[in-house]
Amino acid sequence: MLHRFANPARFSRIAARVLPWSTALTGLLFVAGIYFALFASPADYQQGDTVRIMYVHVPSAWMAMGAYTFIAVMSATSLIWKHPLADIAARAAAPLGAGFTVIVLTTGSLWGKPTWGTWWVWDARLTSVLVLFFLYLGHIALTHAFDNPQRGAKAAAVLALVGFVNIPIIKFSVDWWNTLHQPASLTRLDRPAIDPAMLTPLLLMGLAFMAYFITMLLIRMRADLNAARARALQLSAAE
Amino acid sequence: MIGLCLLIRRDLRLAFRGGTDAMMGVIFFVLAAILFPFGVGPDAAILPRIGGGIIWVVALLAALLSLERMFAGDHEDGSLDLLYLSPVSLGQLALAKAIAHWLTSGVLLLIASPVLALLYNLPSSAFLPLVATMALGTPTLSLVGAIGAALTLGARRGGVLLALLLLPLYIPVLIFDAGAIDGAIAGRDITPQLMILGGFLLAALALAPWATAAALRQAIE
Repeated sequence: MLHRFANPARFSRIAARVLPWSTALTGLLFVAGIYFALFASPADYQQGDTVRIMYVHVPSAWMAMGAYTFIAVMSATSLIWKHPLADIAARAAAPLGAGFTVIVLTTGSLWGKPTWGTWWVWDARLTSVLVLFFLYLGHIALTHAFDNPQRGAKAAAVLALVGFVNIPIIKFSVDWWNTLHQPASLTRLDRPAIDPAMLTPLLLMGLAFMAYFITMLLIRMRADLNAARARALQLSAAE
Repeated sequence: MIGLCLLIRRDLRLAFRGGTDAMMGVIFFVLAAILFPFGVGPDAAILPRIGGGIIWVVALLAALLSLERMFAGDHEDGSLDLLYLSPVSLGQLALAKAIAHWLTSGVLLLIASPVLALLYNLPSSAFLPLVATMALGTPTLSLVGAIGAALTLGARRGGVLLALLLLPLYIPVLIFDAGAIDGAIAGRDITPQLMILGGFLLAALALAPWATAAALRQAIE
């Protein structure tokens, strides 16, 4: 099963067939999500319209952690099974994850100013997300630091697994340390502590972000494979 | 075990015969810490409050300085390949290198830190906690640092890259070190912080050589 998709040519063919659909799905989910988030959901009784920042902030936080988890899984796959596409997937996902982390930090900062009265606090969750951002930067820098791309990919894979210790720290920081950032309202054992009218746009935006991630990942992976092929052709033409 | 001791002895000998190289880290440590009173002003009220944190931040940077050379020398002259082929496992090699790095940098920082505590007018109740956190924290820095040193082996601009990779991973150690010193100054019980630091050290001792070995294997092959 794992090695059925190890052939880059087959992967490219499947990706080319999936891409139009995932692009359309991303657009559709974003339109629906933004409509619900901006028009068809109530304003918060305390925060007013500021609460709508949540529909960008929370999904990008999910994706920031999700993308790192994805990179860690791909890194393990690459180191254990030497799957040829795993390195490419990890390399393609890192800048996307870093982008989501930037969105989380900036929207969080914009949201913090009116509600907490400050752009930034040295709260456990904010700090650990900032650390996550630097882990992404380190991963990207290490990937490109070697003349031999294979060596960069393997080194980055080890780094991604070492840095993975930060993900549970982010997830549980709000439960372990009682700080300014509120605890989780969705992933609880009883029912979610959020009104269904607000849950719908949040989940729609979450799905939209995920579809966007998958679409961009496929595009970046195909571009990477094509670039490698172009390099190989150039080398053979030069000989 | 014998292999481990021999490797540590070899590294220590290289460090001592290298002369001033090992001292550079401590000199940087003291010098960088002395800069802060010039920057924030020699106010007797501020310095004791920020002193513990500054000493630790500077210790992190000083530990980073010597990490870049941990495997680089052996990599360049080919002895790393021979060590790879020797009966000593890569994990043992990583552990030996980390221990040797700690003996040549962490211990010196540990000895120099009370002097800096004096310069920062830290209350006498903070001296023992400072030395205790140094004793528990700096080995963790060396062990985790070995991973970074192995990962950046042969990289372009290895030094800056090493800082980018390692400083985020050092933040937890820094948090609990500074927390312990602050707690000691405020008269609180600092056993929990010391226990957590000990936990970090044990976890690093168990996992870091293994990750370093994985990184070294990528670098050699």
